[in-house]
Amino acid sequence: MMIISRFLRRGISTASTCATRRSWWDHVTPAPKDPIIAVTEAFLADPFPYKINLGVGAYRDDEGKPVVLQCVREAEGKIAASNFLESTSTAVSSKFVEESAKLIYGQDSNVIKERRFAGIPALSGTGACRLFAEFQKRFYPESRIYLPDPTWSNHRNIWRDVHVPDRTFRYYHPDSKSLNFVALMDDIKNAPDGSFFLLHPCAHNPTGVDPTNEQWREISSLFKAKNHFPFFDVAYQGFASGDVERDARAIRIFLEDGHSIGCAQSFAKNMGLYGHRVGCLSVLCNDKIQAMAIKGQLQQISNTMYGSPPIHGISLASKILSDPDIKAIWLKEVKVMATRIHRMRAILREALERLGSPLNWQHITNQVGMFCFSGLNRAEVYLLAKEFHIYMTPDGRISMAGVTTKNVDYLANSIHEVTTCDQDAKILHNTDAYRINTDIRFTSLGASKSRARGMNLSL
Amino acid sequence: MASSVLSLASAGPSASLSSNGIEKGKLNLGNCFKKEKTNLFLKTKSVGRISMVVASDVSRFEGITMAPPDPILGVSEAFKADNHELKLNLGVGAYRTEELQPYVLDVVKKADKLLLEKGENREYLPIEGLAAFNKVTAELLFGADNPVIKQQRVATVQGLSGTGSLRLAAALIERYFPGAKVLISSPTWGNHKNIFNDARVPWSEYRYYDPKTVGLDFEGMIADIKEAPEGSFILLHGCAHNPTGIDPTPEQWETIADVIQEKNHIPFFDIAYQGFASGSLDTDAASVRMFVARGMEVIAAQSYSKNLGLYAERIGAINVVCSSSDDAARVKSQLKRIARPMYSNPPVHGARIVASVVGDAALFKEWNAEMEMMAGRIMNVRQKLFDSLSSKDKSGKDWSFVLRQIGMFSFTGLNKAQCDNMTNKWHVYMTKDGRISLAGLSLAKCEYLADAIIDSYHNVS
Repeated sequence: MMIISRFLRRGISTASTCATRRSWWDHVTPAPKDPIIAVTEAFLADPFPYKINLGVGAYRDDEGKPVVLQCVREAEGKIAASNFLESTSTAVSSKFVEESAKLIYGQDSNVIKERRFAGIPALSGTGACRLFAEFQKRFYPESRIYLPDPTWSNHRNIWRDVHVPDRTFRYYHPDSKSLNFVALMDDIKNAPDGSFFLLHPCAHNPTGVDPTNEQWREISSLFKAKNHFPFFDVAYQGFASGDVERDARAIRIFLEDGHSIGCAQSFAKNMGLYGHRVGCLSVLCNDKIQAMAIKGQLQQISNTMYGSPPIHGISLASKILSDPDIKAIWLKEVKVMATRIHRMRAILREALERLGSPLNWQHITNQVGMFCFSGLNRAEVYLLAKEFHIYMTPDGRISMAGVTTKNVDYLANSIHEVTTCDQDAKILHNTDAYRINTDIRFTSLGASKSRARGMNLSL
Repeated sequence: MASSVLSLASAGPSASLSSNGIEKGKLNLGNCFKKEKTNLFLKTKSVGRISMVVASDVSRFEGITMAPPDPILGVSEAFKADNHELKLNLGVGAYRTEELQPYVLDVVKKADKLLLEKGENREYLPIEGLAAFNKVTAELLFGADNPVIKQQRVATVQGLSGTGSLRLAAALIERYFPGAKVLISSPTWGNHKNIFNDARVPWSEYRYYDPKTVGLDFEGMIADIKEAPEGSFILLHGCAHNPTGIDPTPEQWETIADVIQEKNHIPFFDIAYQGFASGSLDTDAASVRMFVARGMEVIAAQSYSKNLGLYAERIGAINVVCSSSDDAARVKSQLKRIARPMYSNPPVHGARIVASVVGDAALFKEWNAEMEMMAGRIMNVRQKLFDSLSSKDKSGKDWSFVLRQIGMFSFTGLNKAQCDNMTNKWHVYMTKDGRISLAGLSLAKCEYLADAIIDSYHNVS
């Protein structure tokens, strides 16, 4: 009966209700921009021809161009279109996970031999961290995550979105621009026993400051004493020293000490697979049985978020790691990338010292990996963007991958200018104040250009 | 791995432990583990008069049990283990050719080759995904000339296939409509409730499948939608309902839209089979387009897993049709904010393939032809199955629901015991709810299947 009356009413146009009907989404406010991505957006919007993007951590060659690694092209040539078939996905995924685990834990690690790890492919480092955070929340709902201060900005977002509160432990010493080891150990000791900690095993993002091997050993011992859970975010294996084995030292030390760790691996940077979203999450277990249980739980978590990661990137990474010829090419290319970055660090530091900068720029070469925590304050960062068209995140983090032999002089000159242009700027720099000095004038595009010419900037 | 003798963590200030010492004493793990009933990490060992507490490379996840097996995957595994020569796998949710082989679309091979030749970089996509993809996917669903697109009222964000897109929407609902319920059909795709559970969005069911008619319980559906609290989200399958294959008629869709508008609900479409159901992209989008044409604000999740066979590349999109372009911009920004801590930015490969295929006139035409072929094969198989059932079954039972149902799946109306008979006696693998996948059926096997169904239906209760 109700249905019949509905059919009768069908003829009445419902369009008239549009005007009076409220919008469902009125109360949705605009989201704040992601700080790292906002830098790239500002850069892209800038018409200045000599602009430099030192924001996002994506490798660039000496021409400032993104690179598709030779090993990736070779691998791509070898993988067939049959990768699209969902039936082969499982086999490819398993191979990928095994190879990733070998890369980080060591080819001959007992963990691998005894199959004592639960591993699943993940959507790059972010996805791996997110899977672990969900897993942590599910099985330790009252727990917290301890993050180094500072850390990659998205870490806090990840654990926050799964409702795991975060705490920080001291890490970076702003005065020395190096590791605050004493405070670090103190904070580890003072955390409640059995806390979850996130650690960067090499090429810390954003500071580039890493513990020494000896310091890692001490950290590992203290972790044992406190029964803390170490979760490693491995985003730069190979990028720190140029050697994948060396960059895994921290993790190998923890393994030697018998820790059962968790590990998020990303192949975005070291294989240049950024947009393919290739990563791996592994959790070490007591034995094979437990590994299967945990793997099943992790798969369940990923099944409700996106199913499984895309097969293309996984196939590429798997090929690169398992084909000895292609792997050899890859290892060489990683070394080339890391070496170029080391060189740029050295050149930038030399250039600043040659300019007679009164400030200490040792940290540029002491720090490791893609990023340099320059020590520039917000005012200086703002000036660099506004006057010099050089873009970096507000915390003063420079992506060294964006530095080239062609732009390093302009960069050094610009940094020198903003850090020494007047006494106020020096005070700002030394006290790490964050207020913009209103005496500083912002020049127009024309003035910037002539300034660039005055610096003998070559194209 | 050898056990190592370790010091014990203690929350109390009294115990001071060295990392190499053997300590006797009670373990206090602190409040992190209050919930655990057993000491996960340490085993006590007695050696003579000394009791050592030995930590043996323990995992703190020891208490974790195996997750329950996935019911659908379980079917495929059982099938693989069966050696019978007449076995048939009707559990598979992926298209198979007449030879029952997996199928990679020609257009996909071509697009993939083009990409390989182009050699584009692999840089990060923006959080919202590939712009070219977002443009074509919205146009495909709503129609390129749709006013909502021209007025920029659609927030489109690339997602990881249907699952990922649904999850983004679920997270948006949880954040901006806390407490609001999603109503899902009974039955529906098994992962729907898991997604909403994990996103902490409450859900309930509306009646859908009527076992008596092996058709739609339309009155029940309408009643349940009406009864839901105002402002609920109604999850609708745009076409080719999974798992039943039963879709509302165009008139029924109008009534559903009436009720949803009346109750101020939000329609939430899951479109996993556009083009795959009828063979026509436009026909299969009719339900969504009708709702949008009424001026309703609609959420729509898309997947290219089936219609482009891109299962493994995880490519789809979430679309939110809003009242204004300003709303759409804000909603999009919040979807991005949800995506960033999930995976930062979506994968590039599948997006580029879809953008290539849809963006190139020749490839698009080819795609339409391939889709017609795939949908056509399934329709032929349905016809053959119906013919076989009708001619073999002398009981007079009406098997025409096989023809009325649409898409990859069909609800046979068989109960669990009958399904077990299908598997145990006839080696036909299907899910226990009576669902068969027509995609896994060839014309050659229709007669055998008909025999199996008739036997199970009549001789088993």
